[in-house]
Amino acid sequence: MSQVRRIVNTSFETLLPVVGVIVALIIGAFMLLALGANPITAYGALIEGAFGSQYSFMQTLVKATPLLLVGLGVCIAFRGGVINIGGEGQIIVGGLGATAIALALPNLPGVLLLPLALIAGIISGAIWGGIPGVLKARLGVNEILTTIMMNAIAQQLSNFLLRGPMIDPKEVLAKTYLPQSAQVPEQAWLMRLLPPTLLHLGTILAVVLAIGVFVFLWRTIIGYRIRAVGLNPSAAKYAGINVPTYQALALVLGGAFAGLAGAVEVLGVSHRMLDGVSGGYGFSGIVTALFGKLHPLGSIPASVLFGSLLVGADKMQRAVQVPASLIQVLLGLVVIFVVSSDIWVRRRASKRQTNG
Amino acid sequence: MAHGSKLMALNSQRMSILLPTGQPRIESMRMINITKRFPGVLANDKVNFDVKAGEIHALLGENGAGKSTLMRQLGGLYRPDGGEIHLDGKPVQFKSPADSIQRGIGMIHQHFMLVPTLTVAENVALGLPSSRGLQLDLDKVSQKIEKLAQRYGLKIHPDAYVWQLSVGEQQRVEIMKALYRGAALLALDEPTAVLTPQEVDDLFKVLRGMAADGHALIFISHKLHEIIDISHRVTVMRDSKVVATHPTAGSTKTQLAREMVGREVILQYDKTPYKPGAAMLRIEDLVVMGDRGQKAVHDVSLIVREGEIFGIAGVSGNGQRELAEALTGLRPVQTGRVVVAGQELTHAKPAQRIAAGQSAIPEERMREGVVKEFSVSENLILQDHGHEPYSRNIFLNFDAIAKESKRLIDEFRVKTPSAETPIKNLSGGNIQKVIMAREINRKPRVLICAQPTRGVDIGASEYIHQRLLEQRSAGTATLLISEDLDELLALSDRIAVMFDGKIMSIIDRDKATVERLGLLMAGVKA
Ligand SMILES: Nc1ncnc2c1ncn2[C@@H]1O[C@H](COP(=O)(O)OP(=O)(O)O)[C@@H](O)[C@H]1O
Ligand SMILES: [Mg+2]
Repeated sequence: MSQVRRIVNTSFETLLPVVGVIVALIIGAFMLLALGANPITAYGALIEGAFGSQYSFMQTLVKATPLLLVGLGVCIAFRGGVINIGGEGQIIVGGLGATAIALALPNLPGVLLLPLALIAGIISGAIWGGIPGVLKARLGVNEILTTIMMNAIAQQLSNFLLRGPMIDPKEVLAKTYLPQSAQVPEQAWLMRLLPPTLLHLGTILAVVLAIGVFVFLWRTIIGYRIRAVGLNPSAAKYAGINVPTYQALALVLGGAFAGLAGAVEVLGVSHRMLDGVSGGYGFSGIVTALFGKLHPLGSIPASVLFGSLLVGADKMQRAVQVPASLIQVLLGLVVIFVVSSDIWVRRRASKRQTNG
Repeated sequence: MAHGSKLMALNSQRMSILLPTGQPRIESMRMINITKRFPGVLANDKVNFDVKAGEIHALLGENGAGKSTLMRQLGGLYRPDGGEIHLDGKPVQFKSPADSIQRGIGMIHQHFMLVPTLTVAENVALGLPSSRGLQLDLDKVSQKIEKLAQRYGLKIHPDAYVWQLSVGEQQRVEIMKALYRGAALLALDEPTAVLTPQEVDDLFKVLRGMAADGHALIFISHKLHEIIDISHRVTVMRDSKVVATHPTAGSTKTQLAREMVGREVILQYDKTPYKPGAAMLRIEDLVVMGDRGQKAVHDVSLIVREGEIFGIAGVSGNGQRELAEALTGLRPVQTGRVVVAGQELTHAKPAQRIAAGQSAIPEERMREGVVKEFSVSENLILQDHGHEPYSRNIFLNFDAIAKESKRLIDEFRVKTPSAETPIKNLSGGNIQKVIMAREINRKPRVLICAQPTRGVDIGASEYIHQRLLEQRSAGTATLLISEDLDELLALSDRIAVMFDGKIMSIIDRDKATVERLGLLMAGVKA
């Protein structure tokens, strides 16, 4: 009897995120109705847009890639007990760093230039995450506030660079002044895997890194310490682990992954730094990681799901004439349902304990 | 009082004898076949328990036996899944604590429920209707409190603020609250856990007086000598069942211990002769600040030698926690020195102390001793995961970890389904064994050990004590901080008593008695 109940409870818990998605879609359906659109047509278009053809499915994977990379960083940060809301800014500086290196060394061969550009993105993001990390470790400044502020700073930095020092000279010549950099040399691009689709090497890199993060968190000394610090800082401190250092490290690594996401977007998709390169991935990546239960491998399917929502949204927008930002609302609803149902389950469990 | 008259009306059809407080007596209370389940735990299994007017009935059992659960059903906090409660022969149902209070049942819980910023009288009157309608009648409340206090020998001042009171005084306020609300039956859940021996004596006088007046009393404890001292009858619970009910007269500690644990228990340990070696832990004029900025540890000096267990006695809140935290590097030292094995570690970080050969068993086991969500084996490597054999280069070595975990689990007789089980699923005693295994495995030269058996069942306590004595024979210098005098007397070679942050006196074991320690714990210099 209790065995059965336990199995039901466990499968209920694993199904919960899916239920959260369904409930969010149902609420979304009412919103579509309110906007005067037919929800069935809309959702049909969404699915078609995300999975309807090889091209659209590959497009889903392309969108899933930065989500996964940012999500991996979020996994590390949250496991270390720190909250990284700075994904947006870290993507931006990652993209800027990769672009700057690729443009500065146009004569290097690809085997050198591509890794260098990726590393530049990683280091830029790591610095952007590291500043809040050090502020937290040294002065105890709340990392939620600082990572958000770092987003604003990154945005302004990008505005300045893409309208000034880094602007594409062609834009100046043509007097169009679009805020974007010049195209990076072709040998620095991430290889396209299935032309004419946009699927590129970065997707494979992200999946490999997901496995790497799993190994890192559960098989290495540093990963063990990050998890110990995140779960119980008091016990970690008592055991001689330097808690602030590992919290800062978790933020640095979170930033590094988001920075890499920016570099991958530039080198794999746009081939130049664009104004809107972050595209909300910094926030959607948090949702992805939470949906994957903060497990790096769980983040893989989660990123595909949210990638498909993002890709399908465009198609839905065209089919029923509703703003694509409705998808952002749906994402928000999914988070609210997944997180709150999680809390609800735990409450129910503890309530049952006291009331029998 | 409106409340009291309602109660009287309720009972007026019965011809009842009144208590001196003016309440009708509860001639008998019976709990019949009480069953209570929590998810995955059967906390009470067909429990029968009864108490009569004028009787003190003790409820004895190890932690987790189900005593508090039984009482909470009598107090209306939980509803039984099965069984009945009878008052004076009639079945009753308590739907809420208010219900139970109305019927004349009073509860003193393990955790007090007082408002610190209010006075004693205000706390007593809290939640009761005033005799003057909307206007407060605190003067009348105070008068009545004083009358009751005199009658029962409960030393309290109605106008004192609760935050000014010691734990023992706060407990008296709780008893007063219950009496004031007309309790004819009073259940006390481990009331002595927080008291000094003298305060225990005072409490027992009050309880005896109440019983003589016709109150029915339930006294919960796992301390055998207290049960023998105070109760008329004793019911022993083990694993959620009642294993025995009999008169206390004629019972011995050994017999009660056997009933409680289910096997023979060693109450006296064999100690190897006391052969202290070199000074391993040297504390000089230590001053440590408390959370409220006061001097929590006040010029403490002591030396613990190789092969010695140095006990620190004291009622909780007299600086022991701050002392332990300073010695483990969690709390800054204001002035003074700490030297471990010849190395000055006054301001050292926890990691440096561990490297110097110091192990520690924290008072807050779940907060500082383990990571709840980690498995048993992950918890076993909390300090030592960074070097051989637990890791190689940057990677954890899971083969070695599994092997060592298995050895430690076997050696320390940790009851766990597997080494991979999350430690939060283990009982308190087994969690403490895991911590002991980890700390002793490091072969420490100095062991700081705070409340090692608090909340741990007798079987595990006995084992932990044996291991501490083994360490003593192996030459470890142990600082044992405990509120349990029996434990201190059984293990220590010397005992210091802390009061108000200072060391009152350091006594050799053979000159230490419960009475002498008790006086020192209360701040009385002998
Ligand atoms: N609110 C609760 N929820 C779940 N389990 C509980 C709860 N209260 C007690 N238990 C469990 O019931 C058993 C008996 O506990 P308790 O009555 O507190 O024992 P005792 O007071 O004798 O130490 C223990 O196994 C305990 O873990
Ligand atoms: Mg209890």
